[in-house]
Parts: sequence; C-alpha cells; structure tokens
Amino acid sequence: MSESHSVDFKSYFRRCFYVFIAVVCTTSLMITTSFLPHYGWPAKVAAIIAIACVNAFVVAGFLMHLLSEKKMIFTVLAFTVFFFAGLMGLTLWAMHDLPAGSSH
Amino acid sequence: MEIPYTVKPRPDIGLYNAKLGIWLFLASEVMLFGGLFSAYVLLRVGAAPGEWPHGWLNVTLGTVNTLILALSAITTLLAWVACKVGQFGKFKFFHACTLVLALTFLCVKMYEYHDKWIHYEIKLTDGTFADGHMIENNPAEDYLVIEGRIVSNETDLMDLRAQKNIEHKEIKIERAQIKSMQNYGPWHNTFLAIYFTLTGLHALHILGGSLVIGYLWGPGSKMWKTDPERFTNRIEVSGLFWHFVDLVWIFLFPVLYLT
Amino acid sequence: METFVQQFPPFRETVALPTPGDHGDHEHHEPGFWSKYIFSTDHKTIGIQYGLTALCFMLFGFFLMIMMRWQIAHPGQAIPLVGPLLHVLVGNTASAVKDAAGNLVGYAITPELYNSFGAMHGTIMVFLGVVPLAFAAFGNYVVPLMIGAPDMTFPRVNMASYHAFYIGGLVMLVSFFIPGGAAQAGWTSYSPLATSIPTHGQLFWIIGMIFLITSSLLGAVNFIATIIQLRAPGMTWMRLPFFVWAQFVTAFILLLAFPPLEAAGVMQLMDNVAHTSFFLPTGLAVGGQLANVSGGGSPLLWQHLFWFLGHPEVYVLILPAMGIVCEIIANNTRKPIWGYKSLVYAVLAVGFLSFIVWAHHMYLTGMGTKISTFFQATTMIISIPSVIILTCFFISLWGGSIRFNTPMLFALAFLPMFGIGGLTGLPLGFNVSDVHLHDTYYIIAHFHYVVAPGTIFALFAGVYYWYPKMTGRLMNEFWGRVHFWSSLVFMNVVFMPMFAQGMAGMLRRMSDGGANYSAAVNSRAGADVIGGLSSNIMSLHTGILWGAMCLGLAQIPFIINIFWSIKHGEKVKNDNPWDATTLEWQTPTPPPHGNFAHEMHVYRGPYEYSVPGHATDFTPQNEPEVGVAPKPTLTAH
Repeated sequence: MSESHSVDFKSYFRRCFYVFIAVVCTTSLMITTSFLPHYGWPAKVAAIIAIACVNAFVVAGFLMHLLSEKKMIFTVLAFTVFFFAGLMGLTLWAMHDLPAGSSH
Repeated sequence: MEIPYTVKPRPDIGLYNAKLGIWLFLASEVMLFGGLFSAYVLLRVGAAPGEWPHGWLNVTLGTVNTLILALSAITTLLAWVACKVGQFGKFKFFHACTLVLALTFLCVKMYEYHDKWIHYEIKLTDGTFADGHMIENNPAEDYLVIEGRIVSNETDLMDLRAQKNIEHKEIKIERAQIKSMQNYGPWHNTFLAIYFTLTGLHALHILGGSLVIGYLWGPGSKMWKTDPERFTNRIEVSGLFWHFVDLVWIFLFPVLYLT
Repeated sequence: METFVQQFPPFRETVALPTPGDHGDHEHHEPGFWSKYIFSTDHKTIGIQYGLTALCFMLFGFFLMIMMRWQIAHPGQAIPLVGPLLHVLVGNTASAVKDAAGNLVGYAITPELYNSFGAMHGTIMVFLGVVPLAFAAFGNYVVPLMIGAPDMTFPRVNMASYHAFYIGGLVMLVSFFIPGGAAQAGWTSYSPLATSIPTHGQLFWIIGMIFLITSSLLGAVNFIATIIQLRAPGMTWMRLPFFVWAQFVTAFILLLAFPPLEAAGVMQLMDNVAHTSFFLPTGLAVGGQLANVSGGGSPLLWQHLFWFLGHPEVYVLILPAMGIVCEIIANNTRKPIWGYKSLVYAVLAVGFLSFIVWAHHMYLTGMGTKISTFFQATTMIISIPSVIILTCFFISLWGGSIRFNTPMLFALAFLPMFGIGGLTGLPLGFNVSDVHLHDTYYIIAHFHYVVAPGTIFALFAGVYYWYPKMTGRLMNEFWGRVHFWSSLVFMNVVFMPMFAQGMAGMLRRMSDGGANYSAAVNSRAGADVIGGLSSNIMSLHTGILWGAMCLGLAQIPFIINIFWSIKHGEKVKNDNPWDATTLEWQTPTPPPHGNFAHEMHVYRGPYEYSVPGHATDFTPQNEPEVGVAPKPTLTAH
C-alpha cells in the first residue's frame, strides 16, 4: 500500500465496531419492514432493497475502503454498474413491452 | 526477471497489480451474480399472481447467517490491519475467527438445505395436498408419517406470510392414498430453483474464499518472514474477495428471505 | 509532445524482496521440458500454445463444415470416403444408405448428426478457434512486447487460463463420442430444445463452455491489468499502438459480458441435471407428452442472457483483427495511420455500445415497438464508430508508399470484405427488414463475411507479419501469395451466393439444404408460391460446395509454409525485418525470457513513419533523438 499514514489498530477496531452496529441496525430495519402490515409488494421490495443498499454502501465504503479508492477502480465499477443496470432494466422492459393485443 | 509493481503501487495509477486484478475480477463477479439476480427478478415478475411463494425460508436462520458473515468481514479487515502494523499473532487470531465464522455459515446453510430436502408436498388421490417434513418413511411399511398439514388447494401452500398460526401435527398417510410426491428441491418450483442456485453459488464462493484464506493462514503464512509487505498485500486482496462475498449475501438475504 | 515526464521508480524497487537463496536475474537455470513447453508461464510460449491449439480447432471446425456442405448439396446420399469412418466413430447417427436392391451403399449424415455438426462448428470456430487465436494468442505474444513489459502481470494465471481453454476444448470434442452425440441445439443452445434433446451432449457443451468462460475471464483480467500497470515509462495512453487499444477494449468486453452467460449456463445445467424449470414454461409438452417439470420458467430469459454475451462476443471477434490490420497498414504504407485519436475514441465507443444492442438478435420473439425501436437505434448508432475505424484505415492508404507483401495483401483484402459484411448487417439491424431475413442464409452470409474473409484474413496477416519475430525466419512469400489469392477467391465463391439464397427465403439449419421444404411448397398446385426455392437457388449449393473444398485446399500451402519456414525460411537480416516502429521489434529475435535487454523508455507515438529530416523512413518508439536511429542488430541468442 502506498499510504504512509500510521495505522492505528485501536481506531480501526472502533471503526469496525461502528460498522457492525450499522449492519445490525440495517438488518433489523429490513426485517421489521418486511413484517409490517402488507401494503403491496412493489413498495415493500423497493424499501427493503433501499435499506440493503445502505448496508452495502457501509460494507463497501468502509470495509473495502472503496471511499478512499483510486479513480481507476471507480471507473471500472461505474461501467460495471451501468452494464448490470442495462442487463436487468432492458431485459425487464423487453419482456413487458409486447405488441398490441398480445398477452403475457 | 521481476514483474514491476507487484508490491509497490504504480505512481500514476496508484495501485499494485494484485489489487487492480482483484477489483477487475470482482467486477466480473458483479455481472455473474447480476445475471442471476436479473433472472430472479424476471421469473418473479413474470409469475402469475399467487404462484410465487413467500415465507418459505427461515428468517431467523437467515439473520443469524447475515450477522455471522458481517462479523467475518470485520475480522477479515482486522486481520489485514494487524499485518499492516506488524502484529502477526493478532493476524492469526482474527483470520482464525474468520475461518470459524465461515464454517458456521456453511453449517447453517447445510441445515437449511437439509430442511428443504426432507420437506415434502404429497398429492393425495382425493385431490388434497399433504405438506410437511418426513418423519418416518420405511419402505417395508405401507404408510409414511409427516409432520405438517393437509390443505385443499395447492395455492394455500404458497404464501406462508399471509397465514397466521399454521398448525403442524403428525399425519400418517397410506401409500395407497398417494398420487405423487416431491420434496422441496430445486425441481419443485422456480423460486426454489433460483434459491438453490443463488445460495449454492454463493456458498461455493464462501468455500473457495475459505480455502484461500485458510491457505494464507496456514502454509502461505511462511511469506510473512521473507516478504511481509507482499504477504500483507495478499491478505488485503483475499480480504477484498471476502468482503465481496459478504456484499452478495447482503442482497441475497432480503431478496430471498424477506420479500 | 509531452512536457510533463512522469517519474517512475526503477522497476526493481517496486517488486517483491528477493528471498534468501534467490539466484537473481542473471543466472538462468534451464527449465525442464515440462516447465518450458507445457507448464510455461512465459507469455510468448503461452501465446504460441494458444495459437497452435486454436489453429488445430479451426481446422477441425472446417472439416465439420465440409461434411455439412456436402450433405446439403447431396441430401440423403451416402457421403464418400468419410461415411464409413463416421459410422465407426459415431455409430448410429450416421445412417446407412441402401440401394434399390437393399444392398448397403454407404453412410449418410442423419439430421441429428448434421445438427450436432452445425452446433459444434459454430461453437468450435467462435470459442475454440477465432477468439483464442485473435485475442489470446496474438494478444499474449504481442501486447507485453508492444508496451515494453517483461511479461504479463499474472504469469501463472496466464498459464491456468491456457489449460482451462484446452480442457474445455477436450470436453467439447469428447462429446462427439458419447451415446446420443454432441450438442445439437445450435451454438446458441436455446431452451427448451437444449434440455429436451435426448443426449448428454448438451451437458458436455455447458461444462465445456464453463471452462472456456473461466479461461477467458482469467485472460481478460490479465490483459487489462498488464496494459494499465506494465506500460514502460513514457508509454502514455495516447502512444499505445492501436492493436493494444483494441485488445484492451476486447478484454473489457470479455470481462463484463461473459459472466451473465456463465450464470445462464449454470441455470441451463440445473434444468438439464436437476430438472429445474428456469427456461421451461408451464405447460411444456415434449414429443406430445406433458413434461414432468414444475414450469414457471421463461425461454426468453435464456435468449436475453445468451445474447447479452452473444453480441459483445462478435466485437471480441473483430476488434483484435482491426488492431492487427492497423499495425500492418501503417507499417506497409510507410506513413502514420490517419486519425489515431478517432480510432481510439471509436474503439472505446464500440466497446461501450456493444453492451446495449443485443436484442437485435431477438426481433422475432414478439417484442413490442418501443423496445425494438430502442435496440434498432443503438444498433444503428454502433455502426458509426465501426465505419469510422474502417474509414480511417482506407484514408491511411492515400499517399502511402505501399509494400504489397503477404501480410499487407491480407490486410488490404480485410477492408472491402469486412465492408461487405458490415454493410449487409444494416438490413438486419432494422426490425422491418430483419423480419424477412432472420434465420435465413442471408444471416449466414453476413456473419461469415465479417468473420471469415474479415477476421480470419486479419489473423492470417498477423501470422505472416509476426512470424519473423517468433522464429527469426520469414514465411515463403510466393506460397503466401498463392494462399492469399486462392483464399480470397474461394471465400467469395462460398459466401456471396448465400445472400441470394437468403433473400429467396432459404432458412438456416436445414440438413437437406431446403430440398424437402422447397418440394412441399412448390408442389402446391395453383397457389401463389411464396417461399418456394427455385431450382436456380438450390443449384447454388453445388457451387458453394466446390468453393468450400477449394478453400480447404487453399489452406494447405499455409499449413506447410508455417512448419517448413521454421527450418528453411529466409533468415531475417536484423531484429526488425519490416522496419517497424513499435516496441516488439526492438527485442532480440526471438525475444528471450524477460523480453527486453534493459528497461524500455518510450519517447514518441507508435506510427512515426517517414518523419521529415529523419535518416530512415521509420522512427522506433524508443528512439530518444530525432535523426539518430538505433543501429539495427541481429542479437545472437
């Protein structure tokens, strides 16, 4: 690693503790949301996935050091996310945009 | 002949080779699991109303696994930090924890798979369905015993979230009454198919990651004495892979267990 | 001109500390046979391994095609020479042909065997032939040399990638000999057909594909990391030879487009083995019987996941070829390539856009107007950078001092041949015209024009061009020209008529060449016969067969030339026989382990030919001052 900052074990330990608390909180939040009185799957799924994204952001950002990572890595990941979104989005669109009069 | 930038990063890019390599590999893994997640979304959205199961998976066990994996991600990071500050003993401790946690995760997963394996849906000759875990199935006897319930519609078996207080009791079924039966394997239903495929592939990645971390913890740790900086890089790179596997589970758990 | 010079530490300071007992760089212990030739981690050896293996697979795929073409031209008739051999090798799938008296005349290819030849011809040519040769073989050998690197970033991963490749190939070949035969559902392996055919060949296909995809992914990571990390000091991005840019984009395409197919392959494997229903719809009936599966799956899902790779895959086939053609054109016109910057941006655009055009392979699956408009638009847009690349090559010829050696002949022929292939793709990109042309012989003609007289000509050019660097000898020029002219003529004899056949309505994958279909349609008395195939169209099959056989014969001089020239070819006079500017020509011949005698420094761009005021008409990239060319040497090795 090129960073020459001194690595303080205790401060890392504290950071990890906070990350773990964050994970526990987001997980319980997701579970609670899923057991709320049913208000329709699309909204529920969207809410749960959004909380999962926060969880993923914390893990990726702090444990994988993505927040302090180099531009090259971000560029690769940005393209990856775009293509993944394309795969999922365009496939879903293709399977739901049907010629007029046809059924699913 | 030495390959440059194996240990020290290249100045203009700021990365050493293995770090760039693992992130590239992780990008391809995002697309791999992304393909499977896309399949999940498509199959679910395309299913007729009432034909997609809910509540078939044990949320408690899933939560336990989530926390186990999150903790292992943290011990992985701390193992790398220990290497950075030169504390080999701490590294050994934290990665031992990682391996134990990984093993626990796999054991919980095996239990869950076994639970599905012995769970049967039995179509009876009178048109009803018996559904439950197989307790007794002696081929010599002309009956079998399950612990579960009998329902009149197959759709009653789909959404377990919507049903409260499902009573399970021991039911003896004569073999003559059985029209067909099938256990809750991947062949039973597309939800189970994608569940087993997604979690199975994920479990293979846990296994692979454990083998690599186990090697670095054991025989591979010899490099600490000869080239500690390169060894630390290896711990960092394998740690990144492990964190990715945790990331996949962070999405697997809500998508399969909670929705 | 670069005003800021990046300061790089000496390479030695960036690598692992030497372990005690290390012998250091200058003491070579000769590796044994296995480490040197089979389990080598040297990128040049691996490149040659890939090259020779890929060429063998291509030859095998060619034989499959010849047998298919023979059967198309002579439906139901016993196939001479090969028939009895087929019967011995693959048993009942070669059907016996008897004469009127009931005596055995010979063996013909059954429709099932034809289908398996067709599926495997496609799979082998694409995944075991062209991609390993274009990307892995040439890329492995040339890219580290061109960027001034001692090897790839991960040499052992490189070796693993080669072994995964040929193991995948072996799995594919073995599948011919199992009961039921090889995969028969096309190289596209569409479900539910792929899981309904009573053969384990489909399973072998999926397992083979998983090995091949793994090999490609490992290779892609290696290429990208190498090009980013191991460029020599002074080798900035805009000084890279276009071949390196092309390989870089190709590697990214492989990295990100292959995994969804791997996911789909796993799912089809589950459908096959675990009887899941990922791609099997509810109510599926096979052979009149309701299939005993859970249903609920989607056949279209397979198609989306397949073509998500399938389309970027065709750019994997063409981009390395474009890279090779660029190098050869610059070298043999003795002037810089026109529009280097446009080429770079165009190839990046092609790589990016290739991910969002895939459903133009699926226009006939019942897509709605909005989504097909989207894909038509992106398909049309992607043709722009492709045309820019081709145009830059054409313009580069203007005012050039052209040397018509064999590599240049192939590179020049690439231009109009790829042009035909590309232009005939336009009616396929539009939904309205594709409806008539989809799954006809027009498609076969289109994609073969881009790959066969397109990519493969560029690969031939690459072999003739880099052979002297690999072996220290030139390939025979006369037989090279024989190879060129005969290949060019017969490629066109084979594929040009197929456009006419396709437009007349002849469909793909018909084992009798359309005879039964045509007879059924043409026999409708009094009806307006649409779709029937005239005897003129049908008679083209014979001409195509002759063209294919002559094309095969035309490759014999090439094969002999490759092996004969190793010992008897004209020796090169120095390390840079083509007077080229790129770094791979600044190494000893052949390059030793570690490639360069000392660390390379790059001072200029890749195509500085005919620089005014310079003593010679080329300026190598590592030459520091204008006018002072390094003395060409032939390093004793």
